[in-house]
Parts: sequence; structure tokens; C-alpha cells
Amino acid sequence: MPLADSWMTAEVPGPKKASLIIKPDIADAMIRRAKRPILIVGHGIIEYEVEGKKLIDCLIELAGKAKIPVVVSASTNREFTSRGFSPAAVLPAVDIANRLADPAWKGLDGRDGYDLAIFVGLPYYMESTLLSGLKNFAPHLKTMTLDCVYQPNASWSFPNSTIKDWAENLKGIINGLGE
Amino acid sequence: MWHLSRKGINLRIKELHSDIAHLQDLSISIGNVTEETWEEPMGPTPFPSMTTFRNWDLKLLNRYKPFYLPFCDLCCLCTYGKCDLTGNKKGACGITMPAQQSRIVLLAACIGAATHIGHARDLLTHLIEKEGQDFPLDIGGLNIEVEAPVIRLVCGIKPETLGDLEQVLEYCEKQVTQLLAVTHTGQEGNNLDFESKVLHAGMIDQVGMEVADIAQISAFGFPKADPEASLVDLGLGSVDSTKPVILVIGHNVPPSTEIINYMRAKELVSDIEVTGICCTALDMTRYSTRAKIVGPISWQLRYIRSGVPDVIVIDEQCIRTDTLHEAMQIQAPLIATSEKNCLGLPDRTDDPVDEIVADFVSGKVTGALILDPVKVGEVAVRTGLAIAPLRKKQKTLPTRDQLISFAKKCTSCMQCRRACPNDLPVPQAIKAAATGNLSLLDEIYDDCVGCGRCESACTHKIPVHSLIVAAADTKTREETYKLRAGRGAIQDIEIRKVGGPIVLGEIPGIVAFVGCANYPKGSREVAEMCMEFAKRRYIVATSGCSAMSAGMYRDEEGRTAYERYPGSFEAGGIVNVGSCVSNAHIAGAAIKIASIFAKRPLRGNYEEIADYVYNRVGAVGVAWGAMSQKAASIAAGFWRLGIPVVVGPHGTKYRRMLLGRADKPGDWNVLDARSGEEVYGGPVPEHLFFAAETKEEAMVMVAKLTMRPNDTSKGRAIKLTNYIDLHKRLIGGMPPDVYRLVRTLADIPVTMKDEIELHLAENGWKESPIPDPTLLPRMIRKTKEG
Repeated sequence: MPLADSWMTAEVPGPKKASLIIKPDIADAMIRRAKRPILIVGHGIIEYEVEGKKLIDCLIELAGKAKIPVVVSASTNREFTSRGFSPAAVLPAVDIANRLADPAWKGLDGRDGYDLAIFVGLPYYMESTLLSGLKNFAPHLKTMTLDCVYQPNASWSFPNSTIKDWAENLKGIINGLGE
Repeated sequence: MWHLSRKGINLRIKELHSDIAHLQDLSISIGNVTEETWEEPMGPTPFPSMTTFRNWDLKLLNRYKPFYLPFCDLCCLCTYGKCDLTGNKKGACGITMPAQQSRIVLLAACIGAATHIGHARDLLTHLIEKEGQDFPLDIGGLNIEVEAPVIRLVCGIKPETLGDLEQVLEYCEKQVTQLLAVTHTGQEGNNLDFESKVLHAGMIDQVGMEVADIAQISAFGFPKADPEASLVDLGLGSVDSTKPVILVIGHNVPPSTEIINYMRAKELVSDIEVTGICCTALDMTRYSTRAKIVGPISWQLRYIRSGVPDVIVIDEQCIRTDTLHEAMQIQAPLIATSEKNCLGLPDRTDDPVDEIVADFVSGKVTGALILDPVKVGEVAVRTGLAIAPLRKKQKTLPTRDQLISFAKKCTSCMQCRRACPNDLPVPQAIKAAATGNLSLLDEIYDDCVGCGRCESACTHKIPVHSLIVAAADTKTREETYKLRAGRGAIQDIEIRKVGGPIVLGEIPGIVAFVGCANYPKGSREVAEMCMEFAKRRYIVATSGCSAMSAGMYRDEEGRTAYERYPGSFEAGGIVNVGSCVSNAHIAGAAIKIASIFAKRPLRGNYEEIADYVYNRVGAVGVAWGAMSQKAASIAAGFWRLGIPVVVGPHGTKYRRMLLGRADKPGDWNVLDARSGEEVYGGPVPEHLFFAAETKEEAMVMVAKLTMRPNDTSKGRAIKLTNYIDLHKRLIGGMPPDVYRLVRTLADIPVTMKDEIELHLAENGWKESPIPDPTLLPRMIRKTKEG
């Protein structure tokens, strides 16, 4: 399967497409370079598990190492809190995306806006439209997806990959952050 | 009293012999004259133009600023293009991305409104031909005095006969034409002006829908605002396939009524099954409770491929455009009945019935266009009777062995999954099926929206959708449910009973489940949401495909939502108003709360009524599977009335949300009608158009969006109880924004006092007074000075 085609075949946005994250180091570098990153986690993440480990646990580890505030949407909150992890905010995906599009928004802590929004776990088509909103109306913001499918509307996206490769990529990012 | 108005008098004389002349085919039109029988003085805005409510629209749009979500970065509408509008680029005509997105939204809303208005036009023409111009409108006998709240409100007229509706439709047609013109290259250039026109299209759409439904209720004798309308059969399993079966699909019911009329006339009612998909099915059961509803639009492929229908009759809207092909595969003749949907078929309208039936039965023709509903009735029934023994329910679904054999061809290329709107794990299910395990395919059936894109994408020509349906064979046969036939309008007396409790907030809200079946996780979610809100004593309304989905699930005692809850417009009722066009009654109920309960002037007084509804009536629409352009225009009609709409995750493809910012207190000021002061009214309702990611998020948001600035403390406490309880159960924990929704300590639910007071203290809460809210300066009863 082509690595940089929209996962949902017809979700072809236009000329501006996401750069590929071909190895975890790239994602690491983006996260390190960002002054104010934020992670938005949708309910889809709950479903995935590789070799007995839930991917949500990888995200908790990632957020902890990178010290990224986590916004959870929908009922994802329960999964985080049941693991003793308190998200920075519980907000619907459209709400957080709308705030991120506002250059005057001072963030969840009231200090400053964000310069990198990392998305994962939303329904593909919904994440695609929200990323499109940010691509077109939030020039102050870069976006990245950690999903295992290519999202052309992001600034950076992983290519289409298997769940196993996805888990490896997430582990790679976490390991990189820990160095 | 006689008034000049938009209504004309037309006099036609076929033939007249007198001493002085011999006249033949004389037609005289005498201006625009109407008899005035309505004593209410005319309001400020009868028959408004597209800019009449621009200021009102901008008030809403400045609070709920559009958050654009371009579905496509290009504009392809003229030969300058394609133009790349990404970011802040402009198109060759100068258009920007926000304007282009709102332009597409306007196009969608115009398509939706035109569809309902076109539907109303065809229906009205048919009914006037059948019953005459003077046929009286009667949608609820003595229980309904305000028979057409939307028309009264928008047009400022009180229609009494079918003929009176002509001028209303003429107005709608003119407005939609003007609105459509706005989308031409180089017309409107400002996104908020486009958006204002979207709201106008929505309002006009509500008028068109009301025309259609009050006309058909009156002329066809549908249930007239009857809370105890009959329970009718719903589901594939309810069809007796041992009989000849007619399937009707679409929205415009005259051909279906004529099928039933012919069966009645020939005493064939118990010999043939008349079944339907989509809104025609709903309206057919309003005409005859023996008719059966197979399911929402997503049931088209699965039902046709089952081979059960012997004849397929289509009218208009939301019909698969490949229906003729699918019908041919099962050797069921197809009859197209609408000028809007001819499918390339030969026009047999003027041919003798015997010839058409003979051609169908012999297989000489596979389909025909018949534009005479009466003839359709006879042809469909006679063909069904004759062809059923020959067809022997020929189906295209594979047997178990064939299914497994097909599955073995799969190479797991993933194209089917990548084509699936819901990203369903089809390849894994087919891989399992190849080993004889059909359970995963069977599970997919529940979430499948029936689009068939999976098999179009398949590189090995595997009939993927048929595999899914065949694997769920047992399940489909068990689809036997009950649905309460569409009751139509809400009675005036019901409004009087609930008006106070709704406005004061003691009934926590009206939640209307409307629209199509593009669900993210199957029909069941709609039924679950309906039951939850009914259990919580909200008033639940349903219409269209959502009304069907609401009935396609049973509780632990085996009852469907319609068997468990009453059909009356009261706390804990589940009220099926009917088909798509019956949505006008839901808007009408909100309008009637303002006019009947609060005694606000109705006639041509849209802005004041919308201001009332927005600030005081805790109504929310939920279009969980919104798919079509009609859904877009229906939603827009509710937005202009100040009623928020929640859609499912696919709803983000409507290209923009209308979202409030609760974190910006300055956005939420209202005028206090008592003092004229501009005061904080709180972030309620927080959004006007919101896409929820999951059912759980939707339910919590619905509970929040029923709050209004006018809620009494008792009412706000009830609404907060529901919001907090649902949030705790479905999302987890105390909602983070309760402090924004508590105005005074009296708002706090008694049972949650301690934890809420702690939450308020943690968030620096301050008390704010409860205003008498309005957004309209003219509604201020006392100026600052005096």
C-alpha cells in the first residue's frame, strides 16, 4: 500500500500535504523543538493493543517523558484516570481544535498558545477535517499525528503502517525522548 | 375584510354560451386578493427577503463563529479553476477559503431546501388535482388551532385550504432561486453574509417542509396530532416473504398511497406485502398501518439483494442511483415515478396498464417511468401478483459455501477498508470468513451504513457487502420491531401543559433525533440515546430515518422505545412526528411554546419568536447520522430559531462548526429586558452546531445544550443534575465547566451540593444575576433612563 496516500482513499485534500515521518527520530525532533506542544487523544486509542500492551500506556509514557499536556476527548478520560493519569483537560475534539485555531488563545494554563498540536486516536475522517481547519486557519501552529495512517492535512504524519510498526514507532519516540 | 396579498384569484371558463358571446378556454387572473379571517395584526416581517434577518443572524454568528473545516482545499466551480485556496490564498475570482467553505454550505442548504420545496410542490399539485383548491387543511381537528406555526411566523398568513399553500410555495421557490444565485462566481464575498443566507435557506426549508406535511396530513388523512398513533411493523424480519412483495423507496408518498388504494379497491390488502425504505415508508404507514417499514436508507442494498421485493417503486430523494441495476440483478421490475428521478427509463405513462404489466412479467423491459400515481398503483400491484411466482424470490446474496469461496479470493489489499466510511475492519472479517468463521462479518453488519463502497473498491470483484449481509442472515430475519406511526403536529393543549415547565427548565429539555443514517456505529446508538433521555424525563422527538433507528433496538424487557414510552409531547414521551418533512412540527412546537404559552405575537414576527426560543426553550436537535444536503438545510432552520444541533463525527464534513467560546465571558452578554442593562447571561447554549466524536460525548453535550439564560434556579438545577450525572457516567468525573453554568447558589442541585461548592471554590466562582434575557434592544421593556 502506498505510504503517503490518504488512508481513506478519497480523502484527498489539495496540493499541501503532510511531510512524512519516516522514522521516530523526526517526531522526536519536532517535539523537542516545540516550545509549547500539546497532545490531543481521541477514543480510538482505547481499542489498540500490541503484544499485550495497550497503546494508551505508550501515550501516557510519551506524555510524561516529553512533559506534554494531554487533552482527552469523548470517553477517553476514563481510560487515563483509571491508570492514575490526570489529563490536563477533558474537551471535545472540535472544541480544542477551535481554540487551537485562535492565535489569541492563551492555552489551558492561561500562559501562552501552543506551537505544536499532536493528534492521535480520533476517527480518521474527523481528524482529517479538524487538521484541515488547523492547516488552513492556524498558521501559528504545526500539527502532527501519531496515528498509524497517513493524514495529509497534518504538517507531519506517519505513513500508513501496521499496528505492530505503529507500536514500534511510538516506542521509538519514547526512547528518543528519554535520551 | 379583503386584503391585497400574494394570493391570486384565477378564473377558468372551459366553455360559455351567452346571447352576446361564445367563450371557450377563457382564463382570467384577477390580481392578488385574499380574504382576511385572521384577527392578529400583521407583524414586522411577513415574507422576509434574504437580508431581512441579517442583523439577527450576525448576532448569532458573532457568538458562534464558524470554525471552518475545509473538506477540500480547492474550488472547482468555474473554468478559472481549479483554484488552490489553502491557507490565505485567493482564488481567481478573489474568493478566500472561509467564503468558499460557507459558499459550499449555502449550496448544500439550497439543495436541501429546494428538495423539500420541490417535494412540497409535486405533492401539492397532486393533492389539488385530486381534492381541489378548496380542500380544507386539518391537521388536528379541535386540538390544533395554530395549524401552520412556521408559515404564520415567516409568511404572516394563515392558510386554510390546499390552495392557500400555493402562495407560500411561490415565495419559497423565489427565495431559493435568489439564494442559489448568491453562490454564482463573483456574487457574495463575505463568509458571514454567506452564512446568514444559509440560515435564510434553513428557515425557508422549514416553510417548505410544513407545506408538504400539512397538505398530506389533511388530504391523505394521516394521524392528526395523535399521541396514540398506531404501532406499526418495522424491520426486515417483519416482511412476509411468502407473499408478493412491493418495495417503495423515497420520500414522496402519492405512488405508495395509490398502490394501497388499488389493493383496497380490489380487496387484495391481505394478499400482498407493501414495504418501504426511507421516508416514503414512514408516510405510507401513516396512510395504512398494514404497510411495513424495512428500515432507513442504509437498508436499500441489503433488502434488494435479499430478493424479497418482487416489484420496486421509487419516487424521489435519497434513493440509491444504482437501484435499477440492483433491481435487474434480482429480476424485479422497477417503476420510477418522479420527473426528478427518471433513471433513463422509457416513459410509459400513457401506455395501457395491460401492456406495461405484460412487458414486466415477460421480462421484455426491466423498468419504466410512469408519472401517473394512480397508474403506478395498478401496475405495481398487478405486476407483483403476476411476477412473484415466476421470480421465486431470486436473490443475489451468496450461500454459506459461496461466501467462503469468495472470501478465499481476498488478498487483504485493504482497499475495502480504505473505502469504508467507517473504516470497518472488513479485511480481517473476510480473512476469518475464509476459514468458515462468519462472526466478524456478522458483527460488521451492525455498524455498516450500506453504501457498498467496499465492493466497488475490491480488486478481486468480491461482493463484499453481500458477504456481510449473508453472514448476518439470522440477524436480519430477527429484525422485527415496532414504531409509532408519525403523528404529525403537536397539539396546542400539549404545548399549554409543557410550555411552562420547559421555559422554566423543569422539564430539562426537548431533544429531537432527526436526519439520515450515516451513523458511526450503527442504528442502535440512536435508540440508546432516545431511551436515555426519555428515562430522564426529557421530551424526545424523532423523525425520518432516525425515527426508524430509534425503534430498532429492544430494552431488557424486549420493548422498543415506542412500546416503552408514550407518544405524547410530555416529559418522558417519545414523539415520532413522521418523515423528513414532518421536522417542521418540531420547529413548530418550539414556536408554539412562544406563541401559545408565552403569548408572543406570531404573525410575521420571526425575530422576536427566535429570540424567545433561543433564550428560553431548551430544545436541541441531534442528527447523529446526518448525511444529506437536506439534513444541512434542516439544521440551518433550527439554527436560525436559536436551536443547537449536534451531529455525529461525520458531521464535520459539513465544512464548518458553529462553536461558542465558553472561556470568553464577553461573548455571552445579553440584554436584560427588565432594565435594558447588558449583563452576563452565561455560555448557554454553548454551541449552535457541534460534531461529537462518540455517542457518549453527544449525550453529555445535549444535556448541556438544553440550558438557557432564562432557566429558573430550579430548572437549572435539574439540567445540571442531568449534565453532571451523564458526564460522570459517560466521560468520567465532574464536568470541568460547572462553575460557568451555576449562576447563583440556588442553581446547585441539592444532592450534589458539597462537591459543587468545592468545585466552585476551586474555580473562583462568583454569583451572577439571572437576567430576563433578550438579544433584541426592542424587547427591552424599560430603558436605562426611564
